[in-house]
Amino acid sequence: MWMKKGLRWILLIASIGSILIGVYREEVLTVLVKAINICLECVGIG
Amino acid sequence: MAKFKRKIVQVLTAIITNGYLPGFIKGDIYRGNLKRFCVPGLNCYSCPGALGSCPIGSLQAVIGSAKYQISFYVLGTIAFIGTLLGRFVCGWLCPFGLIQELLHKIPSKKVRISSKNPAKYSKYLILLVFVIILPMFVVNVLGMGDPFFCKYICPAGTLEAGIPLVIMNPSLRQAIGFIFSWKVFLLILTIIASVFIARPFCRFICPLGAIYGLFNPISLYKLEVSSEKCIKCNKCTKTCPISIETYKTPNSPECVRCGKCIGACPTQAICSSFGFKEKEERPKEIEIN
Repeated sequence: MWMKKGLRWILLIASIGSILIGVYREEVLTVLVKAINICLECVGIG
Repeated sequence: MAKFKRKIVQVLTAIITNGYLPGFIKGDIYRGNLKRFCVPGLNCYSCPGALGSCPIGSLQAVIGSAKYQISFYVLGTIAFIGTLLGRFVCGWLCPFGLIQELLHKIPSKKVRISSKNPAKYSKYLILLVFVIILPMFVVNVLGMGDPFFCKYICPAGTLEAGIPLVIMNPSLRQAIGFIFSWKVFLLILTIIASVFIARPFCRFICPLGAIYGLFNPISLYKLEVSSEKCIKCNKCTKTCPISIETYKTPNSPECVRCGKCIGACPTQAICSSFGFKEKEERPKEIEIN
């Protein structure tokens, strides 16, 4: 039970850390640029 | 009542995440800053109403870009949501899950597929091949890879983005070709399958469901079965749309947390909880005569 609890804390902290690393690496801009233009692949054209 | 509550949450989530009304009127998409953030469920960012980004589309966009090989931002977001909720997202917050459930309500002979059927592993293969490996390694001269899952498989993209945009946007209508026809064919297949089988896309195809499923056994949202109350009548399995033996594996990676088993249990042995705390089971007393 303690192992599960510990794992949950580790995953929460690691995931927040991972988001912050992604923000620092400016991955968010890549996501934004893709999302604000019509994705031709999603539509079935590209 | 719980069933009604879930439907309200599903409909509200679908409306909120696709709340950009001008998009549906103009045949265009939302281009604001909210698209920096990923929504929890599978919701195409090219849907005219979409206010946020699809996690699977975003993951492929970053992996397939020339600048990055992996996305800490998107994987971190998925892991964070997964640790909190697991596949609760699939059952409560995913618009495409809602669409499949509504289709399954159409009166017809229903086909029950066991949760142990090996076809359930196909979604992990799709995740690995179409979302990660192909966008990472099949690249053009600029080092950019296509979002292969969106391009060749995703019926949610065809339904939420492809069809509305093609109907409303004449320039896009002129550009459609074989891939569009292929994707419409897959969408029709998914719609027909959803009428007869409960959530076929979620169970066998969805890469996002595959990732969230891995978090089900450890997520903060969980199902708990009281071994003191459980009489092993198997009613939970018979009620479960995915045929999960809830009394044996309450936190199965296949469970979308619809909660039908909770209502069906005659002894109220199944309950849901949220938090770090695990329910402590008292050891059964042994009667010695």
